[in-house]
Amino acid sequence: MKKIILLLSVLVSFSIAAAIDVYKFDNEEQEALFKTLTAELRCPKCQNNNLADSNASIAKDMRQKTYNMVIEGKNEDQIVDYWVDRFGNFVIYKPPVTLATSILWVAPGLFVVLGFVIIVRNSRRKLRTRDEDEDEDELTGADKDRLAKILKDSEK
Amino acid sequence: MTENKTGKQLLTRLIPFVIFIGVSVFLYIGLFKDASVLESTFIGRPVPEFALNDLVDPSLAHDKSVLKGKPMLLNVWATWCPTCYAEHKYLNQLAAEGVYIAGMNYKDDRVKALNWLAELDNPYKISLFDPDGMLGLDLGVYGAPETFFIDSQGIIQYKHVGDINTRNWNGKLKAVYEQLK
Repeated sequence: MKKIILLLSVLVSFSIAAAIDVYKFDNEEQEALFKTLTAELRCPKCQNNNLADSNASIAKDMRQKTYNMVIEGKNEDQIVDYWVDRFGNFVIYKPPVTLATSILWVAPGLFVVLGFVIIVRNSRRKLRTRDEDEDEDELTGADKDRLAKILKDSEK
Repeated sequence: MTENKTGKQLLTRLIPFVIFIGVSVFLYIGLFKDASVLESTFIGRPVPEFALNDLVDPSLAHDKSVLKGKPMLLNVWATWCPTCYAEHKYLNQLAAEGVYIAGMNYKDDRVKALNWLAELDNPYKISLFDPDGMLGLDLGVYGAPETFFIDSQGIIQYKHVGDINTRNWNGKLKAVYEQLK
């Protein structure tokens, strides 16, 4: 059993080590920027992996290119723009506000407003029907006579 | 209750049904969309600057001017890509029919690539060699095969991801190629 655990732990550590590339940075800010970028950017070949997690060959290339740009002193926006320019908005997890994506921001507010309107209208309608019920209590002379007659008849 | 009011109430009751139909149609279309195909950002843009050597003759250097002057396909391929193997025969056929095809050997080994062309025939009028995939990155290539449709001005008009075969060539790509000016 211990041997199996040992074997497993060795195997697991190998596969983890395989995903780690070695990059040298001039300072901590560059390293932090590289880490943020590879976590934020999405691998175009994989459906839901960021650059840091993916072992696809395109992700490796993109990590390398991102690293080069970080070392050149480019800032976060410049590097993100560089990738969006080539691979489209797919590479960023955070979608930009455009006409097509505006529904993501508008819809929640719209639902709250719509729900509120429906609640208000429903309660108003209930009030109104109650009013109408009260109106109906006031019967006209002919109806009163009829009612009285019906009640009299039913008593028999 | 008046006629008008019942009509209005009926309409209000229909709203959830209409929303349901809308969402269903949206999701149904989504079923048939290949999520692995990304829209290219390069449509309508010129081929980016590059400097690559020729695959066959390493002393020959190419730049973006070779991807200009006539309507052409730029096919991105590699020997490690099984789909490229499947596609190659059809590219030979297209080349024989007179379609101008430029090739870009992507992240590959020169010797392997040359052997492949010697063995399977060479449909490419020009062969660019991009061993580290840097033009690939600049073109937004994320796999192979990918084929760019470039007009005579060197403007990319269309990009096809995946292999070209009889079905999709006759279905759509032929028309795209013929519209290139």
